[in-house]
Amino acid sequence: MTAHSKISADLIVIGGGIHGCSAAMFAAQRGMDVVLIEKDTIGRHASGVNAGGVRRLGRDFAELPISQHSMELWYTLADLVEDDCGFQIAPQIKLAETPQEMATLTERVAQLRTLGFEHEVVLDRAEVRRLLPAVSDHIVGGIGSLRDGFAQPYQTTFAIARRAQHFGARFFENETVQRVEKNAQTSEQIWEVSTDQATYAAPNVLNCAGAWAGRLAESLGETVPIEAVAPMMMVTSRLPPFCDAVVGAAGRPLSFKQMPNGTVVIGGGRLGYADPSKNLSEMIFPELRLTAQTAMEIFPIMRNATIVRSWSGIEGRMPDKIPVIGPSAKHAGLFHAFGFSLHGFQMGLGVGDIMAELIANGSTQWQLGAFAIDRFAQRPTF
Amino acid sequence: MTPKTNPGPHSCDLAIIGAGPAGMAAAATAAQVGLKTVILDEGDRPGGQIYRDVEQTTAQRKQVLGSDYTAGGALAAALRASDAVYLPRSTVWNISSKRLIDYSLDGTSFQLQASAIIVATGAVERPFPIPGWTKPGVTTVGALQILFKSSGIVEEDAILAGSGPLLWLVASQMVAAGSPPVAVVETTPPRRLQAALPHILGALRGHHYLRKGLSLIRAVRRAKVPVFKDATNLEVIGDQDATGLQFISKGQRRTVSARHVALHQGVVPNPQITRLLGCDHYWDSKQHCFRPVTSACGLTSVEHVYVAGDGAGIMGAISADLQGRLAAQDIATSMGKSPPERSDRLAAKLTKDAAIRPFLEALYAPAPDVMSPADAVTVCRCEDITAGAIRDAVDLGAPGPNQVKSYLRSGMGPCQGRVCGLVVATIIAQRRSVSMDETGYFRIRPPLKPLTLQELARFQPTQELDP
Repeated sequence: MTAHSKISADLIVIGGGIHGCSAAMFAAQRGMDVVLIEKDTIGRHASGVNAGGVRRLGRDFAELPISQHSMELWYTLADLVEDDCGFQIAPQIKLAETPQEMATLTERVAQLRTLGFEHEVVLDRAEVRRLLPAVSDHIVGGIGSLRDGFAQPYQTTFAIARRAQHFGARFFENETVQRVEKNAQTSEQIWEVSTDQATYAAPNVLNCAGAWAGRLAESLGETVPIEAVAPMMMVTSRLPPFCDAVVGAAGRPLSFKQMPNGTVVIGGGRLGYADPSKNLSEMIFPELRLTAQTAMEIFPIMRNATIVRSWSGIEGRMPDKIPVIGPSAKHAGLFHAFGFSLHGFQMGLGVGDIMAELIANGSTQWQLGAFAIDRFAQRPTF
Repeated sequence: MTPKTNPGPHSCDLAIIGAGPAGMAAAATAAQVGLKTVILDEGDRPGGQIYRDVEQTTAQRKQVLGSDYTAGGALAAALRASDAVYLPRSTVWNISSKRLIDYSLDGTSFQLQASAIIVATGAVERPFPIPGWTKPGVTTVGALQILFKSSGIVEEDAILAGSGPLLWLVASQMVAAGSPPVAVVETTPPRRLQAALPHILGALRGHHYLRKGLSLIRAVRRAKVPVFKDATNLEVIGDQDATGLQFISKGQRRTVSARHVALHQGVVPNPQITRLLGCDHYWDSKQHCFRPVTSACGLTSVEHVYVAGDGAGIMGAISADLQGRLAAQDIATSMGKSPPERSDRLAAKLTKDAAIRPFLEALYAPAPDVMSPADAVTVCRCEDITAGAIRDAVDLGAPGPNQVKSYLRSGMGPCQGRVCGLVVATIIAQRRSVSMDETGYFRIRPPLKPLTLQELARFQPTQELDP
């Protein structure tokens, strides 16, 4: 690319994680001319290195409609992107270690029923053991969403990116956005996005910049309390098959999955050290120790496991642990989808589809009020 | 025995990782000037690979292994006599950007905070993926030599195949031990000697290396070991276990039977720790490997982190000793101590010792096909990924080793790419027609060596520091 070339499009997506790639794919499929700009490479951060859980179970009620929509898209993803993405339908199970935890989980499922959601079910002691024969004796029960699943995160994000390009989206990797501003010379509302290598122009900009999205929003006058965090994960050497489900715990951070090749991926949200300005995150093993303890206590077979690798990815977390999704509160033609707070992978397809609809049509039937960017703004007090 | 209390101090001025020539020399030097020094090493005794078990060896093994090997005894003795805290059986499995070291000793993990670090983890053998190299019975020439040094065992019925000085050294040591190899199959391409001749002046300055090399080759020839030159298209044969090696030598297809096939294509810096710490690296087109960028004293691009010995680039044991001392002196100087030797004299000795290198590098550069195996050949042994699968991933758009790793899992297994890393990077660079520097290398993740979940679950380093 020559310096200072100018590229025009209908939509500029900033950020090549699963949300950005998915929005680019669905928008391009609708016939929009899409440019996607990624400062590193596709799926470099949270989208490429997360634990791969495709989970509706346990979500915030506000997220559930979008999560359900997303789930339908996951079931047909292989056909849509012509890659199986390593996706497999599997139960997601959340375990109760005490009767109190069991009561809380049971109450949640009852509440969901009143709201019309049937995907979560209560699993008694025997049912948990039928699904998870290797589980520890002390587990009293749990809840499950039996047609959730898991996928290979990088394979998925990479496949979506390729499909977006197949539909005509243009991807520019290793380009850092430096400025987003309205072009004052045109009568129409045109955004100009300048990177270190080129300038892009489009009537619509979608901010999918993950942990880096706050800086971009702030530069456009929309300050949000997003925090960059680095959830830690580890993977063991291969073990004989003993667990087909993705397992979490009600009372302690845990995400536990035996992959088809026998390795076990263990995460759950204990945090390492994140330095988004340097693109770096670092493990804190005395903290990850607690995750190792939890995994061994819930699955005693793990006492014999060996950790071969650990990693973390930089992700954006909001104070209320739900994302920002929707139009800007300040500017026409600006949209946001970021801050997925450690559980955005499953939502990637649904959010991409909804954002494409919103941007292409100017409206959507989906309720996005709970995810409004201005929900953190200081309300007048007296 | 499981130590319950920290076997070493909680903090030190200098932590050295690896007790080979560079590490031993650095530790003795640093301790001599009064730096609080800790040296951690995976072995039971100091020596590293080159001087492995040099303190323990018998008279007969000394005779087989030669005086270049026994010379390491003095370095081990100096380390033992020094005030450096020497921690054998200690596996460093993580180092933070603040130089907090996590290490495992006898099944328990501890932490050590270092003001400065010297990475002295030496070299690893360059991968040489050929059809059948994953069969039982296939090993590396370096692994054969470790067997002599640590156990006095000389593998019988073995073919040595590949290229490089170690191939001839081990062949001659096997001859001296009375179990000569079945054959030496040399992949060094024809006319390499002519290519190396422009460097002969330098080689003559290091004439003792040249003399030694020629005497090794003569010893193998005298013992009537069949030597096949200009070998290409190597393939290990055998239904299950290896039963021999097939290849083309000087236009003729050959098959040599043996139960063991030891492969070798020279050695390259062990990149795990310098990559973990995010040190800048560059591709050395003469040594055909990535090397960390360093100052003359071994300081990397990461402050207070040094690298000495073959981990900085392949220069051999004598240079490793000198580099260890230079690095330790540089750290001592930065901490206000006066160094015991003049650094310019050490640097001059280093220049002299390095004189042979351009000749050796030109002579023993890996043949072009070594690093670009055919599509069907397994490259990543841990995850069973072929060269063809890597090329397909590149064709789909995976731009570098880390994307290929995320996509295929190559480099995600227990070895973390120690075996396949350079080949994966080379295949990608060739497929994309970009440089090795642009292609880059795997990001290395802790633990550097596998760690049991139980050990992590018990990992509660004491926060208090020494007074």
